[in-house]
Amino acid sequence: MTLWWAIAAVCLGCYALKLAGLAAPRRILDHPVVSRFAELVPVALLAALIAVQMFSENGELRFDPARTAGLGGAVVALLLRAPFLVVLATAAVITALVRSFLG
Amino acid sequence: MDTTGYRSAAIRDGLGVGVAVGLSGLAFGAAAITAGLSVAQACVLSLLTFTGASQFALAGAVGAGGNLVAASAGALLLGGRNTLYGLRMADLLRVRGPRRLLAAHGVIDETAAVTLAQPTPAAARAGFVTTFASLYITWNLSTLGGALGTSFLGDPAVLGLDVVGPATFLAILWPRLAASAELRWLALGGAAIALGATPFLPPGVPVLLSAAAVLVVMAR
Repeated sequence: MTLWWAIAAVCLGCYALKLAGLAAPRRILDHPVVSRFAELVPVALLAALIAVQMFSENGELRFDPARTAGLGGAVVALLLRAPFLVVLATAAVITALVRSFLG
Repeated sequence: MDTTGYRSAAIRDGLGVGVAVGLSGLAFGAAAITAGLSVAQACVLSLLTFTGASQFALAGAVGAGGNLVAASAGALLLGGRNTLYGLRMADLLRVRGPRRLLAAHGVIDETAAVTLAQPTPAAARAGFVTTFASLYITWNLSTLGGALGTSFLGDPAVLGLDVVGPATFLAILWPRLAASAELRWLALGGAAIALGATPFLPPGVPVLLSAAAVLVVMAR
């Protein structure tokens, strides 16, 4: 499976998922298990993505001090209710600075 | 406020959200190139997938050298929440036929947030159209800009761009984590499962496995 096939599958699949919601009978949403699952799944997946992208490289656990400092900066920016782009810029600038200091 | 007032307020909301969030396409373009995608691949994802978390997830898994099937499955699982937004918005938008096929592409986090917050159906429709249009244009142009810029820069890690993907996910998650202790535990559990499985499973699979934390929370 080449990367282009994966991209095609994700494009088609994501569109189908969007359309399914607009076209489906509304009573599906009334099912409490469905709505609860849908609320919870993205939280677990996004948290897992953060952890893996922060602390692993090529299938091995790895601690990167610069990246960790950058994410710490993002947390502070979020606590200060900074706008979305300011949060991202803070994280990138701190990561770049720490990385240049550590050589 | 009269009917017209509600509509113009919805249009203002939509433009604000669309342009601000759309600019984070810069981050996606940068993350995609960092992960090894081409400029064309980054742009096709933004044009045709048009749902940020899934795009970042696919790029991130590819960058980690992951199995492409697991990477695609992770992206699709994240795209599943758009189905729920569609269910909630169908009554408000009332679109049929070709217009429904077009509207479906715009069913994402940001359009749902603006649309579902409006006081009247007319304002909801105006908010949906404005958010969709402004976000689609800005997101795609800034993806192109971020991708081109990053591919000219050489090593993106020097600029700290490798932290942008995780920081984006954190910013998306933040309001939910701030509102609920249960969701904070779920997030920690998902992260712990994924990291614990990382040394033993191919890249991409540990992230899918984190969904097991959802079953634990639901069984309680």
